Amino acid sequence: MISGQNWRRTLESFVIPFGAILVGLLFFGVFCALVGANPVGVYASIWKAAFGTWSTFQNTLIRAAPLMLSSLCTALPAQLGLVIIGNEGALVMGGLGAIITGLVFSFGSVLPAPEQIAAPLMTPPIVVQLAMAIAGIVVGGVWIAIAGALRHYRGVNETISSLLLNYIAIALLNHLVGGPIRDPGSLNKPSSFALPEVNMLGDIPGTRVHWGLLFGLVASVIAYVLIRRTTFGFAARTAGGNIRAARIAGLPVGKLTLMICFLGGACAGLAGMVEVAAVQASANESLNVGYGYGGILVAFAARQNPLAAIFISLLVGGILASGGILQRTHNLPDATVLVFQGIIFLVVLYSDSLYGRFKFFRETPVYEVPPAPPTSTAAPTV
Amino acid sequence: MTTAPATAEPIKCDRPPELKVVGMSKHFGSLVALDNVSMTLKPGTFHALLGENGAGKSTLVKCIMGFYTPTAGEVLIDDQPAKIVNPRDAHHYGIGMVYQHFTSVPAMTVAENLVLSRYDRTNLINWKREMEALEAFMQSSPFQVPLDLPIAQLAAGQKQKLEILKQLYLHSRILILDEPTSVLTPGEADEVLGLLREQVTAGQLSVLLISHKFREVMAFVDEVTILRKGKFAGHGLVKDLTVADMSEMMMGEKKEPTPVHKIIQEQTKPVLEVRNLHANKDNGVEAVKGVNLTVHSGEIVGIAGISGNGQREFVEVLAGQREATSGEVLVNGEPYGATRAEMYKHKVFALPEEPLRNACVPHMSVAENMALRTFDRPPQAKGFILVWRAIRDMASGLIKQFAVKTPSPETPVGNLSGGNVQRTVLARELSADHIELLIAANPCFGLDFNAVDFIHTQIVNARNRGVAVLLVSEDLDELLKLSDRIIVISDGQFVYESAIANADFAAIGRSMAGH
Repeated sequence: MISGQNWRRTLESFVIPFGAILVGLLFFGVFCALVGANPVGVYASIWKAAFGTWSTFQNTLIRAAPLMLSSLCTALPAQLGLVIIGNEGALVMGGLGAIITGLVFSFGSVLPAPEQIAAPLMTPPIVVQLAMAIAGIVVGGVWIAIAGALRHYRGVNETISSLLLNYIAIALLNHLVGGPIRDPGSLNKPSSFALPEVNMLGDIPGTRVHWGLLFGLVASVIAYVLIRRTTFGFAARTAGGNIRAARIAGLPVGKLTLMICFLGGACAGLAGMVEVAAVQASANESLNVGYGYGGILVAFAARQNPLAAIFISLLVGGILASGGILQRTHNLPDATVLVFQGIIFLVVLYSDSLYGRFKFFRETPVYEVPPAPPTSTAAPTV
Repeated sequence: MTTAPATAEPIKCDRPPELKVVGMSKHFGSLVALDNVSMTLKPGTFHALLGENGAGKSTLVKCIMGFYTPTAGEVLIDDQPAKIVNPRDAHHYGIGMVYQHFTSVPAMTVAENLVLSRYDRTNLINWKREMEALEAFMQSSPFQVPLDLPIAQLAAGQKQKLEILKQLYLHSRILILDEPTSVLTPGEADEVLGLLREQVTAGQLSVLLISHKFREVMAFVDEVTILRKGKFAGHGLVKDLTVADMSEMMMGEKKEPTPVHKIIQEQTKPVLEVRNLHANKDNGVEAVKGVNLTVHSGEIVGIAGISGNGQREFVEVLAGQREATSGEVLVNGEPYGATRAEMYKHKVFALPEEPLRNACVPHMSVAENMALRTFDRPPQAKGFILVWRAIRDMASGLIKQFAVKTPSPETPVGNLSGGNVQRTVLARELSADHIELLIAANPCFGLDFNAVDFIHTQIVNARNRGVAVLLVSEDLDELLKLSDRIIVISDGQFVYESAIANADFAAIGRSMAGH
């Protein structure tokens, strides 16, 4: 809502994060110089690897898609004042739910016999994909709703419980793919059976980018509309801003908590489904490569705004995509991109404290100082 | 606070020093908050600083305390220029301040807060010795607060006493009190001010009191300095002045409170019925111990009581902020659980105390806060989609109607001044076409004369339209002025009830005190 009076505030919300990213780049440059690389060369390489050509930009898009979805797992509950960091766990659980559903719909079993693999069921791919998506959404949603329920009914800190749920989810993944749903053919990297090629989520025509990107974009826009334009979002923001005021207005705080946690978890679960159905084909330890934790970074850097999260996801996706090239051309360790990511995260979090500190961005009052009120019929002044 | 330099030790002296303010001005940008004000606080006197909200009283004392750097002017202590750039310097000169808002750490005990307030460099605390010293101090101090209770469990009155005790504990010789009695009952206020008065008379202390209440000024104060719109507006000895003189200096004209016109209600029906209600405090101790109450349409029922006797929890249950442990609440004869649907159906509205904490979302806009009750109904919502235009339009209308001073409807409500936050809530709760039940708790807390008058008129108008009003207040004058029926709550139970015409003032006082 840009009106004549508050354009300065709108400008502020662009200048501060972009300024922070610039400062982050500067710090990263110092780091590169310290380890003996030419900062300008590194910047150029990152730019080229992330956004340089359409071909490399597609790598960025592929990485940005799950980040967009998993960032919503933090950004949505944040509207209610909850700090949820269970993105990784919800993503893993969503992926597990999706692969199990996908295998059952494709072969009739999670442990298909060779003859079943040779002759998969003739379920239309769209039905299989829809079932997988629903499974990812429901399992991921319930996973985070657990943290919400613990919070609402028992007063358990949702940050800690959602963090611990990550460990449980990852352990469950390792247990299942290492035993109950393991494909005996997966030797070095225990995995579930793979989905048949025909049931995989394909690429957007003319690109190497899978349909998951569209899921991410659509989910971000829906989340934004939900928060800003619906009564549900209004109620959630009210309860997040002041729970006592929400109670006086009779808002159902418990129901809101559970619903928004479910929705957040559902988005991360969908990210898990996308990773399984579009990238990995099976469930294995590659499901927890950090898109969940990256999502936390994206959500905070975007100040919990789902639309801003789209752009931050592209940025972080680009940074992740440039890991290989830094190793090859600058002889920097692979983890350099994580250092970069960490520096950006810290600087962006710090920049949050700068809002309202610059005189230029202050709102200018539009009312005049009222003249001295007439004597007896004075309007009440407060 | 543990890093205070050695010079922060207060100058120990038995006699309070003389405090002089000379030509003090403070500008905030283009706003002149204080314009060339001078005053003298003579040793061993009780001095009041009078003025309406925004007159510059708080700005003046914040300049004295070193919170603000004055644009011009200086402070003299015993005729020596004093360089005070922070409250620690003020402490060095024996000046201590009790703020309008409490400054204790809620999770820590009274004893811990007292030790914490000291400006010395203590890395290790010998609790055995400290407790002995504190107990001895408590014995000799004018009022007592239990040392081992966490602050969160103290009632407002006790917290205010603790704030004053803190200054005595720090050996302050000049005490600046910023509206200290706004949270106290008249009895408590008289007790606290009376005890301070004794200390002043004994030459132990000088007091500079910021107040709105003439009753207190007439009873306890020697001298007054009056400010109006940031300027010096008068000075004199209380014995030479009348209330009319002082209010004229404050307001620039004589002003009587608008008398309230109550219409006699012909047909009334019970709206709110409470049956044997019990509720607990946050710590699980029972606060409301089985109360029964009926409020009829067109009636204001006032509940008086010393803070901390269960009235806050009672209001929270009715407003939906707390669960009752047992008992029943009926509105219009139907069970009432303070859900949104029930509030809408029975047209229940609330004016809670501390509106920014209880009724507003600080970082949301004025418009959004005004829409808190209506955002999910047409015309502000179509289905579950918000109609921002309708929300803004309604807010613009209410901002005009209730004279809310805000840069725009989109400004976060937390950026407004306290009085304008209050108006935002009033606009939301009192502008509905139809109200059946209004629950108000200390609605005028901390507001000035004009604002109080405005709110009182609004409440009585609502009553005259047939609204059932439950008014819980710690201001007995307010209750006596507005109520049709008065009830006293003490220790979680109703101990006195009377129609206002037959109310026995002495009996009310005795019941409040628990006799």
